[in-house]
Amino acid sequence: MLLKRIIPCLDTAGGRVVKGTHFQQLRDQGDPVALARAYSKDGADELTFLDIDATPQGRATLVDLVERTAYEVFIPLTVGGGIREVDEIRTLLRAGADKVSIQTAAVQRPELITEAARAFGSQCIVVAIDAKRHASDGWMAFTHGGRTPTGLDAVGWAIEAQHRGAGEILLTSIDADGTRAGYDLELTRAVVDAVQIPVIASGGAGHPKDLEAVLTVGRADAALAASIFHSGAFPIPQVKAYLAGQGIPVRI
Amino acid sequence: MIGLIDYGAGNLRSVENALARLEATATIAATPEDLAGARAIIFPGVGAAAPAMASLRDRGLDRAVITAIRNGVPFLGICLGMQLLFERSAEDGAACLGILPGTVVRLNTREKLPHVGWNTLEHVRPHPVLEGIEGEAFYFVHSYVVVPRHPGVVAGDTTHGVPFVSAIARQGLVGVQFHPERSGTAGLRLLENFLRFAKVEAAA
Repeated sequence: MLLKRIIPCLDTAGGRVVKGTHFQQLRDQGDPVALARAYSKDGADELTFLDIDATPQGRATLVDLVERTAYEVFIPLTVGGGIREVDEIRTLLRAGADKVSIQTAAVQRPELITEAARAFGSQCIVVAIDAKRHASDGWMAFTHGGRTPTGLDAVGWAIEAQHRGAGEILLTSIDADGTRAGYDLELTRAVVDAVQIPVIASGGAGHPKDLEAVLTVGRADAALAASIFHSGAFPIPQVKAYLAGQGIPVRI
Repeated sequence: MIGLIDYGAGNLRSVENALARLEATATIAATPEDLAGARAIIFPGVGAAAPAMASLRDRGLDRAVITAIRNGVPFLGICLGMQLLFERSAEDGAACLGILPGTVVRLNTREKLPHVGWNTLEHVRPHPVLEGIEGEAFYFVHSYVVVPRHPGVVAGDTTHGVPFVSAIARQGLVGVQFHPERSGTAGLRLLENFLRFAKVEAAA
């Protein structure tokens, strides 16, 4: 049976992790490679690097970081953050990324999804959607870290992304992100029900129960989280043991 | 040396990295000459069957692979690299290498396709390369599966709504649908098994 995936997300800039982490066994807590290694050892099913440094220099550093990570971490690695061109995707995949996540550029020029999927296969193209609940009904997709409204209905955009060749949707609830009060289950379920490709839920995890809820009620294929792991509050083995205890199929 | 087949589309980096971790050196083989001295061959494939076959033919690697397997060179096909060993793929109707009787078809399941993520390898038939990995989870990314004509080559299966063949073995020829190079410790174990098997075969 296909197992539910647990994915720690690392925000990086200039080749360093930018949000604090509390891996006690690590001497250098800001080194993404060391963290990736630790998470992999802990049983992470996949890793995501989200680069928030969009400068050309930052890009070169990111490629180097991906190379160094892929050299010693043998689980799938997704890389995102400011990717605009097919050539950039090629460079990151060659450096050792298994998938790339595109967001703002995909909204601005949806053909990018198609071009990238044709060039490298849908399996390595993740479309990231940041969604915010409407005052009325439904959710709107935002870009630029949740600052720019797109006018696109998040569910409709997920469907279009799938048709254009996305292999997975990385769905973040802007409302839930950072609250640690749980994922937006309704949003997750709405997107999961609308598309046939896997959906990775993100934003709001504060307790193993939140991951349980998004994987069952939300029917997400994978749960992505950052601070719940980085803070050391709930290490991955503990989260997975909890999920397994609730009857959720996970890799132990 | 270990020959890594390069048909121009696959990303060989992660397999190279995994072999480096196991202290094995791989040679990228883009021509039949590159493969000539290989004591073992790994064929990691990604993408669609038809362009991959066209590229193999352009490079003369199709004949080279068939010859090497006939000569008993230990061979590990990964994902598309296993599928291409069969006669024909329903993906674009591509004619494949035809080393093993059987076809490649789209998985007939009600579950989501592509089948992406970790899933378990079950019912493993004893083979040195598949030792100690039964019941372990591996990372899969695919929509098509192999349907061998001879059940004897089936060496393991996995269930995604329905069971499908996820490992095959016939003497020194082994194929897996999943990606050992992305499957953490269990994947490294399989690759290590393969390297040890190749060494034993070379010494024999």
